[in-house]
Amino acid sequence: MSVIELSDVSRAFTVTSRAGLRRTRREVRAVDGMSFTVEPGEVMGYIGPNGAGKSTTIKMLTGILVPSGGSIRVAGVDPSRNRLKLAKRIGVVFGQRTTLWWDLPLKDSFAVLQKMYGVPLARHKENLATFVELLDLGDLLDVPVRQLSLGQRMRGDIAAALLHDPEIVYLDEPTIGLDVISKARLREFLAEINAARRTTIILTTHDLDDIEALCTRVMVIDHGHQIFDGTLDGLKSSQSAPRTLVVDLATSLPPIAVEGATVTKVDGPRQHLTFPPTTSAAPLLAQIAANYPLVDLSVAEPTIESVITQLYAPASS
Amino acid sequence: MVERVLQAPSQYWMLIMMWVRSSMAYPASFFLMLFSSMVLTVMDFVAIVLMFSHISSFGGFSLPEMGLLYATASMTLGIADLFTGSIERVGERIRTGTFDAYLIRPVPAFLQTAADGFALRRLGRPVQALVVMVFAFSRLDVDWTVARGIMLGVSIVAGSVIFGAIFVLGAAFQFVSVDSAELANSFTYGGQTLTQYPLAVFGKEIVRAVTFVVPLAFVNYYPVLFLLGKPAPLGLPSWIGLLSPLVAVVMVALASLAWRGGLRRYRSTGS
Repeated sequence: MSVIELSDVSRAFTVTSRAGLRRTRREVRAVDGMSFTVEPGEVMGYIGPNGAGKSTTIKMLTGILVPSGGSIRVAGVDPSRNRLKLAKRIGVVFGQRTTLWWDLPLKDSFAVLQKMYGVPLARHKENLATFVELLDLGDLLDVPVRQLSLGQRMRGDIAAALLHDPEIVYLDEPTIGLDVISKARLREFLAEINAARRTTIILTTHDLDDIEALCTRVMVIDHGHQIFDGTLDGLKSSQSAPRTLVVDLATSLPPIAVEGATVTKVDGPRQHLTFPPTTSAAPLLAQIAANYPLVDLSVAEPTIESVITQLYAPASS
Repeated sequence: MVERVLQAPSQYWMLIMMWVRSSMAYPASFFLMLFSSMVLTVMDFVAIVLMFSHISSFGGFSLPEMGLLYATASMTLGIADLFTGSIERVGERIRTGTFDAYLIRPVPAFLQTAADGFALRRLGRPVQALVVMVFAFSRLDVDWTVARGIMLGVSIVAGSVIFGAIFVLGAAFQFVSVDSAELANSFTYGGQTLTQYPLAVFGKEIVRAVTFVVPLAFVNYYPVLFLLGKPAPLGLPSWIGLLSPLVAVVMVALASLAWRGGLRRYRSTGS
């Protein structure tokens, strides 16, 4: 049984813009005819450029926003009609702002959540001990949330979202603004929770390393439409992003002529060439080595960023 | 729905206790704030006492009678402010996007917003009002019966509920216009200033407005007139002072509809 089911879900917003004294209203479809299902225990990366409709989807899945069309079922219920009931079964982290109480020490926030969600005290203590250890929260429990650094606060927020053993967790840009070490620690923690509890995780992010480290499935959306749904490898091979060949020559030369590749950048004796993924690098190398004073070289595979940029391109042009 | 209403008091209690605990983390600061809030509100009444050093009656009210009017106005607003005053912060929360955090919790957003930053130091105003009320009754010759005692108690509760409903109406309006917190304040804090005087001195138009439009006259003025055996203005019957609970019920119904409407608007049209 799928834990999340969307069928033909749309969400329109009315945007009022003002030019002089005239006010014009226009309807923007933040999410347009979205359908997909998520199975229990899946970790799905939900990516797309700013304004693609990611947060709007998350808000509809939590029941905050009512969809303007289509139907949603989360854990078997309609989120917008059963918001309060569903709240006990989901956890939500909004990366940009905390859901904790700004003026309360972290441990007081956790105590309130225990009461609010009616978590049995023994279970609460067990969970808290686990999260304090895994997220290294020990020194932070007595600090008011407003005094925490972004990374510390995010750890607190994530612990708060998981204290009531939710079946589904939505993380809206959980690693935004974090340093490399904090990111790595967070990803490790989420992977552990997913493995140990079979918690379904939906993650929106701009950081593709999050996806690489965590997600078994990627969904790419743009302009409210789904443009890709599959594995990360599938995403990489779906697009024919060009590969790059970087050659270091003995001397600075004008752009070299190589059949099957084009020079995109000349940087002193270093030249960058791109070639289609269907071409093998070996004959290009032979050509260059035969005609030019080749010193060193490297081949770069397309990055996920470039793959995704290619995905967005046709939709936005 | 019934279940939700039954759970509300304990959920609200849990939320406000959390804020009380956090303010008690600094007890000295808490008592200082409580004390200063009492002193500040006492100054209000000192102004009235000074006024009466020049006059002996104001709008047909003697000093102890004014004291009763002042005390009931201050107490009802104080109680409403204590329990629902924080709800005016909803606009700020909508603007900064933190209101969403309330909507992902298994407790109604209304309770969370009303309890947001619950400040026990606001008890200063009702306590000060109680002191003035004791003073007023010690100087007044009221023929006390059980019925009158109950009537006074019920009127204070009803008056607090009316002010509370106005706080909620103001908050609901912020779903439409985020920066309208001051509008509600003019009816609540402004209303308290108005209702501490005999409303008849403001003229018939004002009396009509606070009877039929924004029913501030039912908060304390009509009940106090009834209690003191004074005639009601505009040729209204004196038993109009007994209608406060009814007005309170109507105001709660309106406030509840407005809040639900506001929340629905937030969730369906987006912000």
